[in-house]
Amino acid sequence: MIPAGESFTLLQRLIHGLMAVMVVAMLFIGIGMVSTVQPQFLTLISIHKPLGIAILAIALLRLGVRLRRGAPPLPADLSWWQAAGAKASHVALYALMIVMPVVGWSMLSAGGYPVVLYGPTRLPRIMPRDASMYAVLRSLHASLAYGFFAAILMHVAAALFHGLIRRDGVLRSMAPWAGSAAMCRSTPRVIPDRMSHAPACTGTPRSAVPNEKAR
Amino acid sequence: MLIPAQARRAVGSLAIIALAVGAGAAAFAYTAGWLSADRLTPARMVDALSRRGGDPLGHRRNHAKGICFTGELEANGAGARLSTAPMFAAGHYPVIGRFAIAVGNPGAPDGIGRVRSMAVRIVAPGGEEWRSGMNNSPVFVVSTPEAFYKLTLVQGIDPRTGRPEPDAMQHFLAAHPESAPFFEWAKTAPWTASYADQTYNSLNAFHFIDAGGHGRLVRWSMHPIEPLHDVLQAELAALGPDFLEQDLKRRLAQGPLRWRLVVTLAATGDPSSDATKPWPDNRERLDIGTLVVERAEDEADGQCRDYNFDPTILPVGIKPSDDPLLAARSSAYTASFDLRTEEEAHYPRTSQHPGEAR
Repeated sequence: MIPAGESFTLLQRLIHGLMAVMVVAMLFIGIGMVSTVQPQFLTLISIHKPLGIAILAIALLRLGVRLRRGAPPLPADLSWWQAAGAKASHVALYALMIVMPVVGWSMLSAGGYPVVLYGPTRLPRIMPRDASMYAVLRSLHASLAYGFFAAILMHVAAALFHGLIRRDGVLRSMAPWAGSAAMCRSTPRVIPDRMSHAPACTGTPRSAVPNEKAR
Repeated sequence: MLIPAQARRAVGSLAIIALAVGAGAAAFAYTAGWLSADRLTPARMVDALSRRGGDPLGHRRNHAKGICFTGELEANGAGARLSTAPMFAAGHYPVIGRFAIAVGNPGAPDGIGRVRSMAVRIVAPGGEEWRSGMNNSPVFVVSTPEAFYKLTLVQGIDPRTGRPEPDAMQHFLAAHPESAPFFEWAKTAPWTASYADQTYNSLNAFHFIDAGGHGRLVRWSMHPIEPLHDVLQAELAALGPDFLEQDLKRRLAQGPLRWRLVVTLAATGDPSSDATKPWPDNRERLDIGTLVVERAEDEADGQCRDYNFDPTILPVGIKPSDDPLLAARSSAYTASFDLRTEEEAHYPRTSQHPGEAR
């Protein structure tokens, strides 16, 4: 059980929500564009590249925030393999958010494509032109995309498992409705004493959540 | 042990989780086309293009037989009035290009290539690129990706007979009257023994955007300086299977070959989205420069080999029109590029030091 009020910070939850929308959109745009010959192909690919770079930038920002601010601890009663899975999946998701755009950028570079973001704005090539390298990166980009989508589905399933079945506060710690816990820092920086009389930091008292009473 | 109410709740929760994950996966599968057997995907297009005879592995899936060239564009500056494309300012810009015949078999004899093509990649000093693939027919054979796919299937080799199905082309023509201008050209236009005396046309329309942000609908063409020298089609076979490449090398050994880059400006009402329809002859034309082809390179080691001449790779100042073929070309060329770069071992380079990009 995560103690009440121990949530990700407002900034972390905002970035999480933004990234969720961007990454899911990106994966659908990617799989959609490679499977159509219709005019939307050009629209989708023109969104895919700048959106990928935006995800890279925000993912790096997010990684910095995560390393500085940390995360609430997992519930103490979580089994070791569930805890390990949670850690591993988060590492994988962070890695994919950063690696996917870099692989895409490298792939375009190796393929001799201009890396156009918008209008005349282009990125430099980060890899020499090399057709074999292009082929490797192109299939890696696709494989990672499938892996990424699978990881997101598992992430959603796990979040719902925590929220609906275990009801251990894990889902709420990242939820937009985590309420006034908004101003709260995650555990490592919470002064235990402060929690009892700092309403801004407690959010919805766990005891006030009707479902919790049912346990 | 769970009491019944808790058990019901747990099962309900699991059902919600399964629904959420299942719905996400289904939406992804639908977007990917995995649930739509009849969706025209780039993979299906390229697969159909690959079934037209010969061994296309490692090669472009259309215009499979060709030869690389290098040269430059000498822009005269006249194009700068119409478009901010940096290679339209007076100056010299390096070009990597390719001549080809529009066949699926990279080993096809040159004499069967009714449609010949020129592709160019023109680079401005700042790195802006203009890629264009042009054909010697004045119009394209179809106006939609779906029709192109059907036409490609018609050309497919039946493995039992080793030939395309005999009546399929007649059926296609009957169902596609828009293809008549192309086939009229194919029947009546003179055959020649050279890439050098052909006019190459953009076919699709594009927008040129000027410094004031105003757009003009255009098509462009490369007009040869070399005089057209027509020969009977029957005589071409006697020239050997590779006469086009040999002719190009022979001519370039004597000196560069030139084409005038001519832009045709549409008038109100000229079709932007139908490449089967010519624009009237009296449309304003502007000569904006000269393409100078200097050197030929065999494709296996040539600089053009590993470029995708995707016609939607455009500099600022040029935008695609609403012609649906442009997106289809872009997506299918990319699928073809993805395949042939994976299949490199099937099309070995002959030198350890392939030409580097300029």
